[in-house]
Amino acid sequence: MSGGVRRVWGLMYRHLALYRRSWPRLVELCYWPVLQMCIWGFTASFLAMRMGSSLAATAGAALLGGVLLWEVTLRSQMGVSISFMEEMWSRNLGHVFVSPLRPWELVAALLGMSIIRMTIGVLPAILLAWAFYAFNLFALGPVLVLFFINLMIMGWAVALGVVSLILRHGSGAEALAWGILFGLAPFSAVFYPVSVLPAVVQPIAWVLPSSHVFEGMRGVLLDGVVHWEQLAAAFGLNVVWIGGASLLFARQFHAARVRGALLSMGE
Amino acid sequence: MDAIRVEGLTKRYGEVLAVDGISFAAPVGSTIGLLGGNGAGKTTTISMLLGLLLPTSGSIHVLGHDMARDRFAALARMNFSSPYVSLPARLTVAENLRVYGHLYTVPNLERRIAELAADLALEDFIHRPAGQLSAGQKTRVALAKSLINTPDVLLLDEPTASLDPDTGDWVRSWLERYRAQSKCTILLASHNMAEVHRMCTDVLMLKKGRIVDHGTPDALLERYGREDLEEVFLDIARDRRQAVPA
Repeated sequence: MSGGVRRVWGLMYRHLALYRRSWPRLVELCYWPVLQMCIWGFTASFLAMRMGSSLAATAGAALLGGVLLWEVTLRSQMGVSISFMEEMWSRNLGHVFVSPLRPWELVAALLGMSIIRMTIGVLPAILLAWAFYAFNLFALGPVLVLFFINLMIMGWAVALGVVSLILRHGSGAEALAWGILFGLAPFSAVFYPVSVLPAVVQPIAWVLPSSHVFEGMRGVLLDGVVHWEQLAAAFGLNVVWIGGASLLFARQFHAARVRGALLSMGE
Repeated sequence: MDAIRVEGLTKRYGEVLAVDGISFAAPVGSTIGLLGGNGAGKTTTISMLLGLLLPTSGSIHVLGHDMARDRFAALARMNFSSPYVSLPARLTVAENLRVYGHLYTVPNLERRIAELAADLALEDFIHRPAGQLSAGQKTRVALAKSLINTPDVLLLDEPTASLDPDTGDWVRSWLERYRAQSKCTILLASHNMAEVHRMCTDVLMLKKGRIVDHGTPDALLERYGREDLEEVFLDIARDRRQAVPA
């Protein structure tokens, strides 16, 4: 194992060791996605029962697909933010930052933990949707992988923004880790097309990678068509988002070193 | 050769001058004591030496590496211990040492952990969560963490704070043995004057961000006409008495 890979693994091992011993932490990872799936699964079942048409079934599928894919974004973002905050809460950042761990290796470890946390969180909800509501997310086909990747990158970009704010403002910015993505949800067109939004709000929706992914998802589910232009737009926007977030992180990390905030963080 | 070389080191926070152009060198194998009252600039200096804090001006070279340009090469051969920076409390001692062993890319890690566990008498609680240990046990674990990479430069911030005299003495003896065996350079910030007198080859007296005096502990005692370093410390802190010129 090269030095960089070992350091990334070292930080991931720190989190994995914690999860290995704590079943409440594992339950917490999948609790909310499963609960969301139950609520929206029953809602979709109710709609199908009342409307009794194939249209209702399709609408239900779009609803459940939206729930599951939005959880991918949310869990990816929280996976990075909460792993960083775990270091802060344990007052361990001083030791981490005086080790030879490079800032980009820290970010790589946080992203690795985000993938693991997202998988543990979302997989039970996907299985639940398939077992109880006859909704198979994998029926979207190979394009699902591209949807996942785009939503994860957007989650990571938002998370790096949150970590940057924590580096700048300390524990006062922690609450953003839980709430920030909910603020973007109305503009992300998770459950409805962007065209439903008022005209003045639509430009906001179109700069979010997520809205392009959800438009693409509905294209596959409702029309059986993969809108590659939507995916290309999502990828392009993600490049800008993750690039901007990385610059912000690098800048705030440097500023924290100027202010001496790294040692006192979490106090 | 100097393990640490600091020249004109300054840190300014707005109007506050925390460290004011200090210069010093620590030869390989020496133990340098950093003494000063609260706010004298000890922690700021240590933070800059560790790369946690960027200096406003001046330079730091550790083991020949410029900390402004090449800090990671130096950090791989340094380590740090402070009772004010914790290890993850829910991880066991062995898991904590494994984490830092990976961060410092220590070869034969499990063997190194076993060595440290034997040397520092950690075996009885190596599989217990770090948060459940007594203060003395935590200090030994923190010491094990700081030695995991067999550092050439060790920065210790009050390593025996809140320890009973027996455990404190045990830690000091252990560090003295380690320095003798490894030729490690130690920078020690402490408020325990007996500890500084016993362990340090040279002492830097800091006040308001400046080095106001320095020398071997015995030289300082002689210069101030005192019998212990605590009196010297008070002389400097309270401007009670000037050093007698040699």
